[in-house]
Formats: sequence, structure tokens, C-alpha cells
Amino acid sequence: MLGEGILKGLTETARNFLGSYVSKDRLTTIQFPEERLPQIEATRDFPFLVYDGTEWEAGLRCVSCQICEKECPPKCIYIEKSKDKKPDATGKLQFYPTTFNIDISVCMSCQICVEVCPFDAIKMNVEFEMSSEDRFGGLLLRKEQLAKSNEYYNKIHPTEATAVDAALAEERAKAEAKARQTTEAKAATPAPMATPEAGETK
Amino acid sequence: MSILTETPIDLVPGPSSDRSEGQLLEVSMGPQHPSTHGVFRMDVTLDGEKVVKLKPVFGYLHRNHEKIAETESYLGCMPYTDRLDYICSITNNWAYALAVEKLAGIQVPERAEYLRIITGELTRLQNHAGLVGFLMQDMGASGTPLMYAFREREKVLDLFEALTGARMMCNYMRFGGCRVDVPANWLQQAQKVIDGFPQFLDEFENLLTSNEILMARTQGVGVVTREQAINAGISGPMARASGVNYDLRKVDKYGIYDRFSFRVPLGEHGDVYDRYMLRALEMRESIEILKQAMRDLPAGPIMDPNTKIRGFRPKAGEAYGRIEGPKGELGFYLISDGTASPYRYRVRPPSLINLTLLEDMCLGQNVADIVIILGSVDIVLGEVDR
Amino acid sequence: MNLEEIKSEIEANVPGCRLEIIPNGSPSGQHSLLIDADHAFAVSSYLRDATNRQFDYCSNVTGIDWPIKEISTKVKTKKIVDGMEKDVDEVVKTQTGGYLEAVYHLFSVEQRQGPLVLRMRTEDRTERVHLPSLTPLWRSAEYQEREIFDLFGIVFDGHPDLRRLLMWEGFEDHPMRRDYVDPDDYEYEPTAHDEVLKRAQAHQAAEGGL
Ligand code: SF4
Ligand code: SF4
Repeated sequence: MLGEGILKGLTETARNFLGSYVSKDRLTTIQFPEERLPQIEATRDFPFLVYDGTEWEAGLRCVSCQICEKECPPKCIYIEKSKDKKPDATGKLQFYPTTFNIDISVCMSCQICVEVCPFDAIKMNVEFEMSSEDRFGGLLLRKEQLAKSNEYYNKIHPTEATAVDAALAEERAKAEAKARQTTEAKAATPAPMATPEAGETK
Repeated sequence: MSILTETPIDLVPGPSSDRSEGQLLEVSMGPQHPSTHGVFRMDVTLDGEKVVKLKPVFGYLHRNHEKIAETESYLGCMPYTDRLDYICSITNNWAYALAVEKLAGIQVPERAEYLRIITGELTRLQNHAGLVGFLMQDMGASGTPLMYAFREREKVLDLFEALTGARMMCNYMRFGGCRVDVPANWLQQAQKVIDGFPQFLDEFENLLTSNEILMARTQGVGVVTREQAINAGISGPMARASGVNYDLRKVDKYGIYDRFSFRVPLGEHGDVYDRYMLRALEMRESIEILKQAMRDLPAGPIMDPNTKIRGFRPKAGEAYGRIEGPKGELGFYLISDGTASPYRYRVRPPSLINLTLLEDMCLGQNVADIVIILGSVDIVLGEVDR
Repeated sequence: MNLEEIKSEIEANVPGCRLEIIPNGSPSGQHSLLIDADHAFAVSSYLRDATNRQFDYCSNVTGIDWPIKEISTKVKTKKIVDGMEKDVDEVVKTQTGGYLEAVYHLFSVEQRQGPLVLRMRTEDRTERVHLPSLTPLWRSAEYQEREIFDLFGIVFDGHPDLRRLLMWEGFEDHPMRRDYVDPDDYEYEPTAHDEVLKRAQAHQAAEGGL
């Protein structure tokens, strides 16, 4: 019968319309920005730099090896490496970035920088309300805007951050043990650098 | 296809043909036309309502992806592939990863293959659901089917976000495996989505399949014959709607598709309605594959331990790798000269090549049919223009 | 599918054609068949129509630019030095490239065969860049050959509608050529490196400094 298919379709529409009053499954919209969906843990948008401790500048994990700068596909990271070394959060002497810029108008949130960083220094943020009236400068994030504490990282990506913390702690413990051994063995010589320096020579 | 009527129901009588000769009208459809699914233009010449000439104009979204890739590392090309067909980033990743694996002879671990199939088929589901929704929107069914489709698509995108961190630009695969393993609980969530999908399909088909208006608008419109389809390199659901039994999942058996039992639906009329039906049927087969893959997913590593992702330098040579993407045969042709970036990197874009017959399909049809014919081809401009 | 077999089969059926197998060094093992431009059409139509081959589906068509490249290889030669025969390393310079290439990936839907990779080469990169179009045999080459014409500058004789595909009418260069120089639009480059940095600095110097 002509029109049967249309009636069948209308029943479906009616079911969905009426169903939206009773079932959460059929009414999936929410009223943003008053309501927000719970954040999915793996979500990523733009990178940030992790620092340990309370002092952001001193605690930055980044040792300015410039691997991420080289690997970033659209080349939106700009790093200037320091000439001198400063102690990092664990008190070890390290290079640090004097400039670390990310142009997020170019960044495509691919997280390749995170993947290649050997020091767990750069991670993906979840902050997305970053609109700016300044098309150029406003979207160029500098070191101070990029630096976020490890606690913040733990808050936004708990599972990942716990794993990273555990790995880092283990690495440090190993390095310390090794350092102690060497110092015990040849008490006169200073402890060698523990973290791999592979990427630093470029 | 069971419900196809022998002769299409003629609800709307066509414009009478004994109209006196008039002037031809040239219309530029697009690039900002809402029906063109992006920045795509057609120069259409009309005789009254009838199309007498149609020339597609490409290039509004051209950014020379292939040239960019020549300056990138093999790893750096991966996120750019997301942006080809931005609806199905995971299958793009897959095709590229497959081509690199062929180029360098990399073996992919079992678990990674399963994860690829699961994410790839989920991609197909959400692409087809979205496409059908858009097709109805093009036909004038404003909103309702599209919103239902998007509601389901959203569930799949949530899965992608939980797995890869992004809804659309997943950047999930790597040559030699996948980037991350599934997080806790993900498989249960995915199972829920997969189990709920057939119900949505039933509802969706109730809503659409036997709808008389849909049939009247689509049956016998935009017909492509089998011979035409093969000769013009049409691939994917569009070719199968014309009866070409060529599904790369069966032909090439890339990955581990030979382990799954599924059927390849075929159309017999090659019109817009068959293309719609085919996608509806294909979604059901995808669900079958997904169920089997979820059941058999083994434990194990997800990356080939011998593959160096960073600073990857394959031996000089070339390879063409292709997969059955949701839109058709998506191929990557790579030439390596032994350096860290590809010497030549070519994307075989199914969306572009499926448009080859656009003019042939539209000639003699009404101008309103152009919109649904184009909608049934399933193009994404990010891939057409690259 | 054996490429040697196909080669001798074509040679038997298309008299006068010059074929060459181009080996592929990668594990993919997709070797290709270089066909000469004069017989390309005949060879291709044989491949499409021969009942035992039926390459009815031309999937991928693309161009490659091979600029002239000098390769120096060290070759050990025997030379007579001071009346004595000695092994001497001699650097031999060979030139490769200097042509544009069109590559066709053929498959057979009927026989589920493939890929068969066909290559055609132009004589040089500037003047004699004509190749026969295979669009009359496979419609699928229509847009792809137009794209090659647009981005690489190979002129396909016999193509029904050879216009630019992606770049606009009136655009002059061919962007996919290896020696293409992109336009100077380096105005705001806050995170530039390497090549881009050089270009950006040159741009700023030309603008009179910022
Ligand atoms: S790779 Fe990591 S440590 Fe190296 S420069 Fe980048 S953020 Fe810093
Ligand atoms: S996310 Fe990707 S694009 Fe953004 S800074 Fe990192 S590597 Fe570069």
C-alpha cells in the first residue's frame, strides 16, 4: 500500500520523540556550557610541559634535547637551548630550554612530540577553551604558559601519569644505585650522569 | 535486495518533454553549496530542469599533501593521513601503515591486527551511518535521519576518543602495529556499542528503507552499470552497488581478514537506492566481523619490536598498499630512496576516482537529483583535493 | 603472476614493442614493466582485452619526477701504472634520471590478479614530455592523468579533456616537480626552522626588516 513505508517511518520518529522523555539513550544532547560531559581520560588537544616540584622554571623536565622540535610534523615547536646547565628538580645539572614556544595555530594535536620525548617532559593537555582575539601572538604559547605541574598532569590523565611517575621513580632509583656503586668503587671520581644523553648531541 | 520494486514508483510525473526549445542555463553549484559536502564545485548546464552538461571543478581544498609528505619523516606523514578523509582517519592510517609495512617487510603482531580490524570496522560503521544520514538530508529529509545517525556515530567517536585521544584525528596506527593498547573497560564499552548497533539499524531501516518518497527519488536515478564501474575504476560500496564483486577484504585478504566470515552484499541496479541499501547491509556485515574480532582478540604485544618508528629508513624500493576503506579502494604508493622521508608518496583517493562517472550519472536527470547522486557517491573533500 | 611470462607474452602479441622489467628492491616484490611510449597503447589494450589477462581495472595512476642525478660509484679497475698492473679505484660518474614517469597499477577484477605495474617515461623533463593517454582504455585514468598533467607536467596525447585538475587555470608551474620553488609567503613564522627559517629571514630582509 502506498504510504505504508512513510507511516512505518513516522512510528519510528514518534518512538524516538516520546522515548526521549524517558530514556537517556534517546536524548543524548546536553546543554553546553552549563552542563558538561565527563572528560574522557585519553583526550588530548595541545601539548604542555611538565614540571616537578613547585618552582615551574626550575622543575621543568625538559632538557632541551630538541627531539620533539625535529619530529613535530608541521614544525610548530621552537626551542632555544641554554648554554649553561642548571640543577633540575632532583638536583642534577641539566640543560634547559631558554625559549620553548609552541604555535598552537599550527599544532595539529598529533602528540608525536609526546611519543618521541625520551624524558616524559611534554604531555597533552585537555584545555580547549583557548580562543583568542590576537590571531598571531595569542596563539603562540610560551614556556610560562606551557609549564604545568605534575599534579595537574596527574589530575587530567591519572592512569598515564601514574605509570609515568612509577617509571621515572624506578629510573631514578636505578641511577642512584648505580651512582652509589660507582662512587663506592672509585670514591674519588664524581658520579656520572645518569639520564641517557643520546638526544643531546645534535 | 528484496524490497526493490521492478519498476520504480512514479510519484512525481516528470516535466513534460514537449516543451519548446529554450535557452540553456549555466549554474555554478558550489563551492559553498550546502549539498556538495565541502568545497566542491560543479559547472552545470541546464535545459529547464534537465542536466545537459556537468563539469566538476576540484582543488579548493588542495594543499598538496603528497608534496608535504616528501619533506616529512615516515612517522610524520601519519598524522597528515588523518586529514585526508577526515571522517575515517583510522582506515587512512591503516592504508598508509600497510603500504609502509609492504615497503619494509614488517610483520604486525596478532593483537595489533585484531585491534586494527576492530577500529577499522567501527570506522566503517560510523562512516556509513553518517553517509546515509547526509544522503537523506540531501534528499530533503531535514534533520531526523541525520541526527539519529549522528547519535550513533557519536558513540563510536567516544570509543575512539577513549582509545586514541581524539574523536576524528585519531593518529592511531603505526607501521608495525598500533600506538596504544586499549584502556581498561574499553572492550566492554565497545561491546555495548556493537551490541546496540543492530537495534539502531533496524530502527533506521524502518524509518527509511520502505519509505515511498525515498524510493521514488532514488530508484533508477544515477545508474552505473557493472562494465562502466569497472572501467572507470569505481571501487568500494559504489562499485558493489553496481554488482561488481570486488571487496578487497576478500580479494587481498590484507591483515587477517581471511579469518572472519562475512558476506559481501551486491546491488543489481547500480542506482542511488542500491547504494543506500548496500551501505545498510554492509553495516550489518561489519557488525558480524566486529563480533568475531571482539570474541577472538588475543593478548600480546601491539607493536613489532624490530621496527624503529623514529628515524625509520626503509631500503630503496617501492610498494603499493591498498585497503578496502569505507569509501572504496584507498591505496598508498610509496617510493623510498633510502632516506628518512619518502621520495614519492601517492594517495589513491577513492573519493576522487569515484567521481569520474559523475557527469555520466547526472546527464538527463533533474537538477535536484545531482544532489542525491553526489551524496550517494560518498565523497570527502579532504581526500578529493588532497 | 609472473612478470617474465607476461613480458614474453606481450612481445609475442605486440610486434615491435620494447619492454623492460624494472626490478624493485623492496620486500614488496612489486616489480614493474617499462613500456615504450610508441607501443604503450597497443600493449595496454592487449593487457586489457586478452582473455587470459583481463586487466580491466586500472586502479592507480601517478607521476614521478626523476631529475638528473649524478651517482659516483667506485669501480676497481686494472691499470698499468709504471709498467705494473695494479688495482686502482676509479670513480665512475653515471647520470640517472632526467625524465618524468607515469605509473599505472593494473588489476584484474575478473581474475583477481594484480597489481601489474606499468611505467612509461618521457624523453626529458622540459620539452619532450608527451606520453600516450590510456584514458580511452580505462576511464579511471581520466582524472588521474589530468592530475599528473597538472602537478608534473606530462602531456597525455589522446586524453579527451586535458586540463588542470587541482591548481587553477592560469597557474604556471608544476608543483609536484622536485625543483618547484614555492611562492614567498613567509610573513609570520614564529617557530621556523631550517629551510623555512632561511626563507623567512630572506623574506624579512627583503621587506626591510621587521
Ligand atoms: S623531546 Fe622532551 S626533553 Fe627533548 S626538547 Fe622536547 S620536550 Fe624537551
Ligand atoms: S602535537 Fe603534534 S603538531 Fe602539536 S606540537 Fe606536538 S608534534 Fe607538533
